[in-house]
Amino acid sequence: MTTLLIRGGHLIDPAAGVDGPKDLLLKDGRVAEIAGPGKIKANGSEILDATGLTVAPGLIDMHVHLREPGQGYKETIASGTAAAAAGGFTAVAAMPNTKPVNDSPEITRWMQAAERGACIRVFPIAAATRGSKGEAINDFAALKSAGAVAVSDDGLPILKDSVMRETLAAAARVGLSVIQHAEDTRMTQLSGGVASMNAGPTAFRLGLRGWVNEAESSIVERDIRLVQDLRDARAHLHVAHISTAAALAAVRQARRNGLRVTCEVAPHHFLLNDEHVGMYDTNAKMCPPLRAEADRVAMIEGILDGVVDAIATDHAPHAVHEKEVEFEHAPNGITGLETALGLSLRWLHKEGKLPLGRVLSLLSAQPAALLNLKGRGTLAVGSFADVVIFDPKAEWTYNARATKSKSRNTPFDGWKMQGKVRWTISEGRIAYVSA
Amino acid sequence: MTPTTTSARRPIHPPSAPASLFPYNPGSLLSASDLTLEGISHILTRATALENQDPLTRNRILAKRRVALLFYESSTRTRTSFELAAKALGADTTLVSSLSSSIEKGESLKDTGLTLRALGAEAIILRHNSSGAAWLLEAETRLPVLNAGDGMHEHPTQALLDLRTILAHLKPGTHMVGPETLAGVTVTIVGDILHSRVARSNMLLLPRLGARVVLCGPKELLPEMAANAGPGIIIERNFEEALKQSQVMMMLRIQAERLAGLQLDLEEYKLNYQLTGPRLAALAPTAIVMHPGPIIRGLEITAGVADGPQSVILEQVTNGVAIRMAVVERALLTATAQGARA
Repeated sequence: MTTLLIRGGHLIDPAAGVDGPKDLLLKDGRVAEIAGPGKIKANGSEILDATGLTVAPGLIDMHVHLREPGQGYKETIASGTAAAAAGGFTAVAAMPNTKPVNDSPEITRWMQAAERGACIRVFPIAAATRGSKGEAINDFAALKSAGAVAVSDDGLPILKDSVMRETLAAAARVGLSVIQHAEDTRMTQLSGGVASMNAGPTAFRLGLRGWVNEAESSIVERDIRLVQDLRDARAHLHVAHISTAAALAAVRQARRNGLRVTCEVAPHHFLLNDEHVGMYDTNAKMCPPLRAEADRVAMIEGILDGVVDAIATDHAPHAVHEKEVEFEHAPNGITGLETALGLSLRWLHKEGKLPLGRVLSLLSAQPAALLNLKGRGTLAVGSFADVVIFDPKAEWTYNARATKSKSRNTPFDGWKMQGKVRWTISEGRIAYVSA
Repeated sequence: MTPTTTSARRPIHPPSAPASLFPYNPGSLLSASDLTLEGISHILTRATALENQDPLTRNRILAKRRVALLFYESSTRTRTSFELAAKALGADTTLVSSLSSSIEKGESLKDTGLTLRALGAEAIILRHNSSGAAWLLEAETRLPVLNAGDGMHEHPTQALLDLRTILAHLKPGTHMVGPETLAGVTVTIVGDILHSRVARSNMLLLPRLGARVVLCGPKELLPEMAANAGPGIIIERNFEEALKQSQVMMMLRIQAERLAGLQLDLEEYKLNYQLTGPRLAALAPTAIVMHPGPIIRGLEITAGVADGPQSVILEQVTNGVAIRMAVVERALLTATAQGARA
């Protein structure tokens, strides 16, 4: 394997406490050496000139939908990871709502096989229950040894208290976190119609059925009670794509009480509110839905004050024809891998004055810790050579038509971004280089 | 990390939502709020002119032009009056309903619209059970689309025919309307506001002409946020209090098909909200009584009131044809190059 020398860049590695001009030598898929500018001899290595650029641990998205197996027309592991690499990601955690559901070691291994053509690392999140039906718990030890990094029935929350309790306990025994999509479907999916956006004045005006905040917060509160009960077992609950102020307040309180309760927030939930549905824009339809302005502001506050542990995209590709339908019939979800860094730098760093290291930590070191990904989320010597090199000052405009994803269902088409990725390096190999 | 207080909040204001994401064909009528007061006056004026015109000259206005009626929901009044209106102007009409068409085989709204356009349709009249369907159809076909009811959202021609009915009784002879035309007039809309596209379109239209719109109903059918839907709208839960203030009573059907598991005690509903002869005589002896239909006699309104002297329910139906003639004419004769909302 060739060695890579990254020269002239500014290294920001929050986990290692590094923020300064450094050169990096990558060898055999690992970080071999870090030294001051010009201190490392090239010795025949390929040289990447990072002058004026930021060098950071590769980004980690702990919540994506890669659609394989089963829905390759929306995305494949190859296309999804190509989009991820273009967005600066070197690892993604793939949710199990595939067809069939990833509830077995076989599918978990299949997703990681070289034949899938991933250009960065894919870490499967396995289904918590058989078929994600919320009844029978899977064999977590077997799933973990096949490579699963967490368990979740994402999209189909575990409603039964007894099943969720057992899931938390069983996952704790093998050292996995339970990621819950918090939605009480008894409140959002009624016989006469499914809620398709946030409940509130906009939903009333548009004549759409509304998803009330309590459907999220009540599940988060229930889950926290279960974690409290399982305190001695050190159960870890991670709340996926948190979207309401009430649920975030519950997480904040649980943390003060010393519980292992963490959460992630998606860029669309801290940047957009329910008015962005406009006149039935299906690219503003996702689950949980865009919320009221007060909830959006609460997500920003949660990021700034540290209760939010990670920024995750909930990258959910859908084919054009699936979104070109009546709003209430459109599938939930938007793509996000190519816009997460640009939006986070533009709005959290530039406008919100959140230090660059904090933003990068939310996108790398913290998700690595939540998923227990050893040797990732940092560039300390000996770590995996997962690196993103970007121009932190560059402003650019996102063009969804140029995406590397198979889908382009994004509300951020045409938005101004900050921070352009120049190279993404996955375990020492260049996975993406900008044109 | 220690949580900060709200005083440390740094405001982050990303771009707000764009006003409209769709191109707009100036002949379309999607929402009651799309029309300017001049546009409303034009439709009212043309409705009367067309109604009074000799049928043999009238049917040359849109001679052999093609209008498609695309109906995903059953309808008696709206469908028949649109069809009669288009035919009265000489247009050829064709009806496509979700039953007995390829929609049953899973053809999408987009493909159905493109197919109708390829067959020569110059305008599409759409009734659909999903809110927002008319916007989608317009965006995909770029044809003038007339929204004949989209889910729980809007029914703009119903609001226009309701306006024509109200004007005929309260301001006879008025066609040119302005912001004061209905000043001092209280219109109470009673019943299942949550699921009603008729209520939404009237709530958007009537206050712009100076009317005060009172919404009345139980909270299951009338959430508080309805009062924020626009200016000039208030909520009055007490039916008799609302009745006392009103010159116009607009009664709505409870939409059992859209209740979505909502439990409603119909006996209690009748006790509190049914428009009965004694209530009307005691509290609003001169008000007109309207209903967009279909009526469920003995539920929201008694048979006696529906058939009584204050009822203008059948006039509403008749006015539907005149209004829809004006709206179909506008759809086909408004130059698409005009660009602005007429």
